[in-house]
Amino acid sequence: MHANVFDRYHDGSSLLHHLAPTVKVVVAVLFILSNALLPDGDWLSFGISWGVILLLNLLAQLGLGFTFKRSFIVLPFTMAAITALFSLPGETLAVWDFGPWHLVATDLGLVRFLSIVVRSWLSVQIAILLVATTQFPDLIHALEHLRLPRMLITVIAFLYRYLFVLTDEVMRLLRARQARSAVLPGQRGGGGILWRAQTAGNMVGQLFVRSYERSDRIFNAMLSRGYQGHIRTFNRHEVIARDWLIMALAIFLFSILQLFAHL
Amino acid sequence: MPPITHTPSQPAIFQELSEDCPVISIDDLSFAYPDGHVALKNLNLTIEQGEKVALVGPNGAGKSTLMLHLNGILKGEGELRVGGLPLKKENLPLIRSLVGLVFQNPDDQLFSPTVFEDVAFGPLHMGLPESEVLARVDEALAQVDMSGFGERLSHHLSTGQKKRIAIATVLSMAPQLLVLDEPSAGLDPRARRGLINLMRDLPVTMLVSTHDLRMADELFPRMVIMDEGQIVADGETSALLKDEALLEKHGLEKP
Repeated sequence: MHANVFDRYHDGSSLLHHLAPTVKVVVAVLFILSNALLPDGDWLSFGISWGVILLLNLLAQLGLGFTFKRSFIVLPFTMAAITALFSLPGETLAVWDFGPWHLVATDLGLVRFLSIVVRSWLSVQIAILLVATTQFPDLIHALEHLRLPRMLITVIAFLYRYLFVLTDEVMRLLRARQARSAVLPGQRGGGGILWRAQTAGNMVGQLFVRSYERSDRIFNAMLSRGYQGHIRTFNRHEVIARDWLIMALAIFLFSILQLFAHL
Repeated sequence: MPPITHTPSQPAIFQELSEDCPVISIDDLSFAYPDGHVALKNLNLTIEQGEKVALVGPNGAGKSTLMLHLNGILKGEGELRVGGLPLKKENLPLIRSLVGLVFQNPDDQLFSPTVFEDVAFGPLHMGLPESEVLARVDEALAQVDMSGFGERLSHHLSTGQKKRIAIATVLSMAPQLLVLDEPSAGLDPRARRGLINLMRDLPVTMLVSTHDLRMADELFPRMVIMDEGQIVADGETSALLKDEALLEKHGLEKP
């Protein structure tokens, strides 16, 4: 039983699937960097960047809307940038008073906020595409090739592996609770809010203990089979001429985009 | 920075054990868990090559703890030798290739996306060349009668199939000793029968913990009974199974 909560690798044989993972990681990071460097409110450049994403979607044979459909997950997190609305001087759009806080939303603030939302939304799409076209062990390898600190890579590798262990455990706990959440006819079921909160709290505790012990057992199983801190795979990792060519092309495109956006 | 990992970073070590050397020799082994619970007390055990040994005893007797010592996952006080090698940090990689440990819950054992990747994990991490890994995966899957399951997803298999794959994941490492933790638990009669036949046919030294005394009687000439962290009986299975007082004293039932 595995929860398919997370979209991950989608098997295929497109150019994007066959590109060296290292190159894919570099291009994805460059794309995110390029997004971050685009000026606020440069909607045309943002549009071009999105065009690139759509093109890559097609190239990966995943369908035009593949990353778009999955990208909304990032929207709640962009709310962290909401303060941008109130922190730039400019023409006043609206004023809110929350007790001691006097918040003034400005037009420049709004443009910056929306730009941040669009940047995050574009960046997460390239990340989704990267994960969808690259198998996870290959991604880990790419990070090793790029000389990321070992500790960091190991943390990422295990975080990913145990994410599924964790969601499986959550499903099991929820199912067990559901199975015993009976209500007799004519009775109000469910108990008081405090009791419910306590149950939820206990479940979180259980979740921690269970997944901690389970991950321990899985790690033991890995050690037993010779795991020594590196994840190995069969897949190809040499960067061939085609990979270099595509990387050069990507760098060229991003530079042109930046050049026009900042002129 | 260590070398990039898909090229073998250590030479593959092939070492046949000398004939007279016991696979496992344990001398006065004790172990306590960090919470203070003493799981093993002054334990002595020797397993010779070619033996098939059943390890029985009530829950909490220390069977699993003992098994986790056999390839150095846990380290207690006392001396433990695997194929004559003392259990030391520098011997661990070799020892882990000599002792194949199959965990009780196949969901803990099978952690890769596909069956192939799981069976290839051990040989790949031993640093074997690609062609050798592929050959070993094929052979291991054939041994457990699961050829053709390579591309299947482990978590979609039945429990019986998962157990077989779990055994294949260590067979592919060509271990000198196969250690199985309650292999027949949770299996229906047909899957249990299949597993018994499989274990009978495997030409490997075996230590198997189990509550299934009928299986022990059928498969394992030697039986070791554990209780409260100690070995309380060690001898011929058929003889021990006749001693009802002994069995009852240690929470076992005559089959």
